[in-house]
Amino acid sequence: MSDLYELRCRECGKTWGNVPKSFCEDCFSPLEVSYDYDALKKKVRRENLAGRTFNMWRYADLLPLPEDFTPASAVGGTPLVASRKLASHWGISELYFKNDAVCFPSLSFKDRVVGTALVAARRFGFETVGCSSTGNLANAVAAQSAQQGFDACVFIPADLEPAKVLNTAVYGARIVRINGNYDHVNRLCAQIADRFKWGLVNVNLRPYYSEGSKTHGYEIAEQLGWRLPDNVVVPMAGGSLITKIAKAFKELVTLGWVEAKAVKFFGAQATGCSPISDGVKRNLARFEPQKPNTIARSLAIGNPADGPFAMKLIRESGGWAEDISDPEIVAAIKLLAETEGIFTETAGGVTAGVTQKLIQQGRIGPGETTVVCITGNGLKTLDAISAEFPVAEAIAPRLDAFEAYLDNQFNATPAAAGVK
Amino acid sequence: MPVTIEIPTAFRRFTDGTPKIDCSAATIAEALNDLTTRFPELSRHVRDEQGQIRQFLNVYLNEEDIRFLGGEGCSLKEGDRVLLVPSIAGG
Repeated sequence: MSDLYELRCRECGKTWGNVPKSFCEDCFSPLEVSYDYDALKKKVRRENLAGRTFNMWRYADLLPLPEDFTPASAVGGTPLVASRKLASHWGISELYFKNDAVCFPSLSFKDRVVGTALVAARRFGFETVGCSSTGNLANAVAAQSAQQGFDACVFIPADLEPAKVLNTAVYGARIVRINGNYDHVNRLCAQIADRFKWGLVNVNLRPYYSEGSKTHGYEIAEQLGWRLPDNVVVPMAGGSLITKIAKAFKELVTLGWVEAKAVKFFGAQATGCSPISDGVKRNLARFEPQKPNTIARSLAIGNPADGPFAMKLIRESGGWAEDISDPEIVAAIKLLAETEGIFTETAGGVTAGVTQKLIQQGRIGPGETTVVCITGNGLKTLDAISAEFPVAEAIAPRLDAFEAYLDNQFNATPAAAGVK
Repeated sequence: MPVTIEIPTAFRRFTDGTPKIDCSAATIAEALNDLTTRFPELSRHVRDEQGQIRQFLNVYLNEEDIRFLGGEGCSLKEGDRVLLVPSIAGG
């Protein structure tokens, strides 16, 4: 092959070259991009990264991209925030938040996967691209399609948060609302990809799409000073991201860019949609699909396609999976904002809240390096927390009115409030 | 009579291009048996070595995943549609 990568079946190992196809037509199992690591080792050096801008494309050599690839926009390159307050509050020494709430251009980690998916869409000659989405992916597809000149058509459950719908519509994308949950939308998209010559990023372009997630993992390792953490806590919807972070770490070890280390992978779900964590906790051979009922709609996939791989990874790494209730999600969103200044959407609340639970259970140790993956921005799910913050009554623009306000609100005298 | 089984494109190379079949099965299990009896090459693509429906193949009765309907023992009635769809997802 002229490329140093091609599609390979994750179950039977059959190779398929580079084509817009997501499952093996022999055994129906998912396809994944596999690389010629021997060739990559000779060609790619960690030192080569030094002169490259800090965004996901600095790892272009490790992604399924053409030789003459030039980035259309700067995606990724998000902060790894070293926690002070929350680490202390939770009693652990080394805690980091990988903050894709500020991922460019649409404020979630889905910008990364759309980055690689649209390169594949161009390669395969698609003019219309789309996706089935719980919101963030639709935002990312719409934004990058607008910039790169694709027609975008996205399919979403009809009850999606208004902010996520608006954040897609503004880019001029066509939005098809489906009366059903995400799993219904996804089934329809599988049939559409079967019928139409469209590039659906998470259906027929899925193997190329999901490779973009690896850059979240590469960045974590690089930002830790080219080392791997002891633990990673990752939100799970379809179960893809957690497996791709593992793939990223494994590749860095294979290439000799980091020292080998046993990393424990922890998966986080909302109790109202927890097929993977339920499968791990009950030690099921196969997860049982669920009907989602949670405010964490970006994680509300009841029939996760990568669930089997996520369960296997979590078990083999010695990690665990947990889930928390909707009120716990809201509390965790507030806690993360109040302590670290990071405002995340409901999925991030799930991840932060599950991290707390895992620490309390003793599954994450106090002396270990733990990275918590925050994947989306709080501005997208304001509905989920707005009830927590009733709008205060307005006061007159006069000092005496403010003093009365202080007295009323805090029962504080001007002197106690720090008047000069 | 009859129940319709819709066959995805990827499976049609084992069905001589046939996109759907009608059968008179009383349950999903019987319907799948009808399908794989008519197209024996499909058998190993529908069921794994243990005889279970393959992990990455989703079977729907009309709008519903059969795992919410009690699995492949769930009964069929006239006019029902059975869909076979590969498992692919991502939010």
